[in-house]
Amino acid sequence: MQKPFYVRFLLVATFLLGFTAFAQDEDASSGNEQGSVKAEIKEFIAHHLLDSHDFTLFTIDEEKNTHFGFPLPVIIWDDGLKVFMSSKFDHGQSVAEVDGNYYALYHGKIVKTDAQGTINYDEEGHATNAKPLDFSITKNVVFIIAVSLLMIFMFRKMAKSYSGSMLPKGIGRGLEPIILYIRDDIAIPNIGEKHYKKYMGYLLTVFFFIWIINLLGLSPLGVNVTNNIAVTLCLALFTYFITAFTANKNYWKHIFWMPDVPVFMKIVLAPIELLGTFIKPFSLMIRLYANITAGHLILMSILGMMFIFKTWIGSSMSFVLASALSFLELLVAALQAYIFTMLSALYFGMAVEEHDDH
Amino acid sequence: MEKLIEQFSFGLFFWQLLLLVILLLVLRKVAWRPILNAIEARESGIKDALEAAENAKKEMQNVTADSERLLQEARMERDGMIKEAREMKEKIVADAKALAQVEAENMISQAKTAIEGEKKAAVAEIKDQVATLSLEIAEKVIKGQISDSGKQLKLVEEMVGDIKLN
Repeated sequence: MQKPFYVRFLLVATFLLGFTAFAQDEDASSGNEQGSVKAEIKEFIAHHLLDSHDFTLFTIDEEKNTHFGFPLPVIIWDDGLKVFMSSKFDHGQSVAEVDGNYYALYHGKIVKTDAQGTINYDEEGHATNAKPLDFSITKNVVFIIAVSLLMIFMFRKMAKSYSGSMLPKGIGRGLEPIILYIRDDIAIPNIGEKHYKKYMGYLLTVFFFIWIINLLGLSPLGVNVTNNIAVTLCLALFTYFITAFTANKNYWKHIFWMPDVPVFMKIVLAPIELLGTFIKPFSLMIRLYANITAGHLILMSILGMMFIFKTWIGSSMSFVLASALSFLELLVAALQAYIFTMLSALYFGMAVEEHDDH
Repeated sequence: MEKLIEQFSFGLFFWQLLLLVILLLVLRKVAWRPILNAIEARESGIKDALEAAENAKKEMQNVTADSERLLQEARMERDGMIKEAREMKEKIVADAKALAQVEAENMISQAKTAIEGEKKAAVAEIKDQVATLSLEIAEKVIKGQISDSGKQLKLVEEMVGDIKLN
């Protein structure tokens, strides 16, 4: 059977790319040990998974410390608010001096040091330097702001396109089915026709926020906001507090004084049920964090393998694998947003459920 | 886990919290409310339109059924009228025939009576004339036979025989 043109093209391109990577690797690492490449990749991945105080798109020369990107504002609270640009750190190479205090970057965190930038360690190898409260506009914060603005712009435009016409125009045409899906297949079945309306705003916001930010994480910009536990904790806390504040009497009754069971069981069940309410959002937090982190870790490891394998076949294989995995990650990006929204809706549904036939 | 806690960035948490609250409030006001309202309005509009169409269809069916029924009734009425007319026509014709019969019989009987009357009158007249003629003849004969009495007798006999023949 004759394969379509683009399939053959992709196959040829894959092998050629494999060859190129192999050839480049031969040239560049002729003097290097393979171990150093591995360590470099490991460090790169670890660095990629962390937040950073400057916006670096790519590094031009590691030796000369030249990067393509721009610095971001650093805001710290250390006996008063201190604001300066992250260019003072020079990508962690130098110590920033502000108002007579010295700060340095240690594994992406700002620590207080002396003029030489000395890091003190305890027996376990942890830095003992004081860590000022860091409210910096980091790369992730920039992306959260960007996604927020994008969402406001997009959905405002969509909302405006409804005026004077029954159907949305432009971007709304694609977004409306998703909104309808969230309403008809997530909110209404889980929360119920009666109460779903007050949760729609949160469910829609969270779905699109996680989805868009996950998709941006897959872009070559190389940010991944949802693999920060702080971000997923914040999202999960929202779900928790909305559940707790909108819950009806029935919900609390089922937690603290379970009906239709003996008194002894009521006492045993209360702490378990209470713990359950915390575990639910906790699982939301860990699930989103772990899925996105794992996806990035595997994807980047496979990409890194391209530079470790010295044979053209190995590099080609990891290229194919990375491509396949990228598609999987596209699915995961939407799936995690869906799961988070779905489970939030489920918890809200439990909170407003009415047991009148007990 | 320890690494996770160590990596936890309070700043990022703070910003995410702040921005998410702002995002929720702004989107609720500028996007979700108008979008969901518009979708709901459209859905209820569609529902109403469908219901109206369904009602119109039902009404249409009713009207069609009504007109069908009316047509049927009219047809039946027409058939009835035609039948009635035919019966009436037949009756009229029969009546007329009977009347004509009676009339004709009357006329015939009248004519018969008239003819009878005329005939009687004519016979009476003839009798009168015969009597007159007889008398005249008798007179003449008498006049003539006075002279010849044999002849006179003979003549009378002849004449009387002639009358009998009549």
